[in-house]
Formats: sequence, structure tokens, C-alpha cells
Amino acid sequence: MFSTDSGESQYLQFGGEVERKRKLDRGVAVVAAGMSKFGLFKEKDSKDLLVEAFHECMSSVDKGMDPRDIDALYFGNFTNDFFVNQGHWGPIMSDLIGLVPKAATRTEGACASGALAFREGVFAIASGFYDVVLVAGAEEMSKRSTEEVTQGLALASSPYERKADFTFPGVFGATATAYFERYGATREDLMNVTIKSHNNARLNPKAHFGSSIRDIMTSKMDQARKKGEAVPKWENEKDFLGDLLVNPVVAWPMHLYDCSPISDGASCLLLVAEEMARSFTDHPLYVVGLGQGSGRGLHAKDDLTCFEATRFAAKEAYEMSGLKPEDVQICEVHDCFTIAEIVHIEDLGFFPPGEGYRAIKDGTTTLTGTKPINTSGGLKSKGHPVGATGLAQLYEIWKQLRGEAGQRQVPISDLRIGGAHNLGGTGGTCTFTILERR
Amino acid sequence: METKPFSDIAYEQFLAEEKLMGSRCKKCGAVFVPPRPICIKCYGDNIEWLEMRGSGKLCAFTCIAVGPPSMIEEGYTRENPYCSGVVELEEGARVVARIDGIDAKRPETIKIGMPLKTKFLRRGEGSLRKIILAFEPAEGIESP
Repeated sequence: MFSTDSGESQYLQFGGEVERKRKLDRGVAVVAAGMSKFGLFKEKDSKDLLVEAFHECMSSVDKGMDPRDIDALYFGNFTNDFFVNQGHWGPIMSDLIGLVPKAATRTEGACASGALAFREGVFAIASGFYDVVLVAGAEEMSKRSTEEVTQGLALASSPYERKADFTFPGVFGATATAYFERYGATREDLMNVTIKSHNNARLNPKAHFGSSIRDIMTSKMDQARKKGEAVPKWENEKDFLGDLLVNPVVAWPMHLYDCSPISDGASCLLLVAEEMARSFTDHPLYVVGLGQGSGRGLHAKDDLTCFEATRFAAKEAYEMSGLKPEDVQICEVHDCFTIAEIVHIEDLGFFPPGEGYRAIKDGTTTLTGTKPINTSGGLKSKGHPVGATGLAQLYEIWKQLRGEAGQRQVPISDLRIGGAHNLGGTGGTCTFTILERR
Repeated sequence: METKPFSDIAYEQFLAEEKLMGSRCKKCGAVFVPPRPICIKCYGDNIEWLEMRGSGKLCAFTCIAVGPPSMIEEGYTRENPYCSGVVELEEGARVVARIDGIDAKRPETIKIGMPLKTKFLRRGEGSLRKIILAFEPAEGIESP
């Protein structure tokens, strides 16, 4: 049979002893985190949402702090320029939270803009230049029509993909067909991702979608009953997701419930030099692994069933931390589309290539599984205000590792190590960050 | 032809003449479509143009029901989806292109590995006329 790749990637070999490479000259810790509610807010803009995240962040500093001690802001935003016709967001946001005249820098890496802000903040402290840095991200997408948002997001895809009339869901749809062909997965395996992410988001009060697929299904049946209409005969969640009337094709095999929504939201984290961390909190999280990789358009990928940039980022983060994939106890991955979650958990080394969909099917990645993935609900159900996403993933790890995730707290004893994987564009920028509670 | 730079602009100009052109590194033989001004395999900069014969196989595809505004204008809607895909050329390079001559409403009939040949789609009129790279099933075989 025709092969969809041109050989094993050099980046997937995570076995054996990890050789330590790269380090921070000065350690960096996360000592506070905040996140706005994600959703569609006609009455709130990016600034209002950032204030919401900033308030929570400041009040989460266990021992308290004066915001005037913040040395600088790094702010991740993809394309509010396009969405709300305003650029130059660094100083605007900095002024909002009283940091002017201190440095404010915007980072852009499409949907990975937030993770890039985090990395810049870490490097600024590790270099010794700053001691206390706020890293934040926001995106305001709901003020535009779906067609316009699609057009805005497409700015981050490869120019060749755009010329071939690919959309974002289309690129991931093509990835899915290559994956299906090679490993025998089917649409039902994508449905498992959707069902799991909605189940988790149901327990996340800040999530864009707070209902499980079963809840949505039951509610639609109740509505039909009340209106005296014919009640759909869905027997279970997959039956519901298989109904093209409620779950139409977007870019086959991506259907509506395979795609993350258009959302508004903001998130932020407070970073400090490691030696200062205990003066902010007795429970800081330490930045132990950082990785970032770059990738190419679909036509130039060596292997259509993986993301080279993710594999590179993972290798870098494992090498820096000395950790292996099995040491990462929970992870947030960039499930902009359901197929992406399946591929990422393979690229990060959690499961061998072609085994990711089986792990999701057998429950390994649920809240109570041995490797919980996207406990927040992920991009699919928590929402995906693109510039905020990378930091919102780290916010979830912050909550989980400190035992503050409420109803969705994973029941792993001695939970210490969590990861966050952020992807920009169609895989052009990928990051992997590992945090540890000591 | 030999004097054209190995650029996206030149690539598009060739497409307008219904030619699918790539670059070949004279040092290591690596072929790239669209062309690259620098060979990223060996960093050689002695590059030549190479015309693709126009046949290949389907590696991946999607049937798009919600397209960009330009496609909606052309009449591609939820009821009338179109197909885009990744094609591996006989010469080894891969390209992204529209896939024509298949039934995008029945994606289960589109098979990865199916042989394809180039077809240049015309879009727009007069000065707005554009050629879009596409492929269709080879040997005139319609999908079953």
C-alpha cells in the first residue's frame, strides 16, 4: 500500500537515559495564575477579560504582593489587529493594569502566541535582567462573523495551502485521512475525543461549553418534546455525533463537534526568580522543561501523520528537564481539532505512533485514567481565544498541581509534574512546557 | 525561462502557462515544488528549473463544506463541498492542490493512493483570470 511518510522521525526516540542539555542560568518559578471565563462576550472586550484574569492572578499570590513590583509584561496575541482593528497591544494592556512606563512586549506565534510570551518571560528572568514578570495573553474573536474569523485565522496557514483553498479545519481533515489510512482509526475515534473533552469541561466553571455531549443530546430531545416535534432517536453520544443534522461536515472528516469554537478570553501567570519564589507562596511551580520547534506546510512535511515541530519541542523539553514522557503525569495538549489531540499525545511520546487513538478509546486519558489529557476540557470545550490559550493551558496545570482544580481534580497521589503543549498555525510553531511542584 | 528567479512569483507565472515547475539542486538532486532558492538538503545554491510530468498519487485529502469567501462565491457550499489534497508527484516532491473529478459529497469513494494527473482550473475573467493547480483521477477513471 502507498505509504504516507518517508521514514521514522529522528525526534521520537525518547527511550533510555535522557542526556541533559540546555539549562536556565537562573531558575524560574510560577507563583500565581489567573484566567477569565472563556466564551462569547458581546459586552466585554479584551481589556475587560484581561482585568478579570489579572485580578484572579494577583489574589492567587498566597503571601500577597504589590503589583508595582512587576518588572515587565510579555503579552501574547495573534491577530486582534484583524479581529478588532487595533494593533500595538503591549502598552495598551500594560497601562490597563498600571505597569506603564515599564517594558511591555507583544509576542506572536499564531495560536501559540501565549506560550511564546511565557518563554520570553522565563528567559528575561533567567538572564538576570528582571526578577518579576507578568506573562499574559488575550484574544477577542466574537465581534466578527464566522467567515471573517475563518479568514483571520487563515492568515497563519501556509501560503500554498491557502492557494489550494485549504481551510484550517481542512488541513487537520487531511491529517486525519492520512492517519486513518495508516493506522486504521475511524471517525468513532474522533468522537471519543469530543466526548471526553466535554465531560471534563462540564466540571470547569470557566469553560466555554459547560455541558457533556450526553447533556446536550438530552436537552435537544427535551426541547423537541416540549415543542411537540418529533423526538430524535439518538441512543447514545456517538449516535448523536453521527447525526449530520446536529453535527454537520466542516471539512471532512472534521465535523462541527471536532472543531474548537470561536471564543473570547484572557489568561496570565506571574513568574519570579526561583530564589524569590518562597516569599510569594509556599507552593510555587518550577519551570523544568522548555521546548519550541518550527514546522512546514502540508506539502513539505516528511510525515503527514505527525507534527515535526511538536516532536522537536518535546525532545528539547525532555532534554532540559531530564524527564521522560512517562514522568509527565498530566498534560494539556493543543486539541484545536480532535485529530490533533490524538497526534499530539503520540508526538509528545506518551504513546507510540498509531496508539494514541487506542489509549483514548480505552480510557487511559480521562480524568481518572493513568494519563489524564486536557483535564480543563481542552480547546475543544474550554474554548480557544487563541492568544490566551497557551497560558490558559498552564493555568490548568497550576490548578491541578496545587490541588485546586475542584471537581475536575485528578485523583493521582503525589501529583507533581504537568506539561502543556501549544501549537500555532497548522503546526508552524509548537511549544512544550513542563512544570514541577517540589 | 532559465533566468527566472526561484520564487513564488515565477512559480505562479508558470502555473498561468499551465506548467507545474519545481527546482532541482544540481549538487544533490533534491526536487522542490514550489521551487526553493536555497537547497535545504545540502545548502547548495546551484539550482535549475524542472518541469513536473504531472502525475502523482493522493496522500491525504479533505472535503470542505465551509470554505473561504472566494469559494462560497464560486458556489461551493455545505450542499456542494469541494476537495483539496496533498499529492505526491512522480518526481518525489509533494504539492497541495485542489482535487477535481471526484465526488466530494461522498468522501468514502476517494481513496488515498489513487493515481492522479494535473488539471489546471481557471478562475475569474480578464485581468482577474487565475490558474489554480488541481489534479484529477488518471486514465480518465471516475471514482466508483
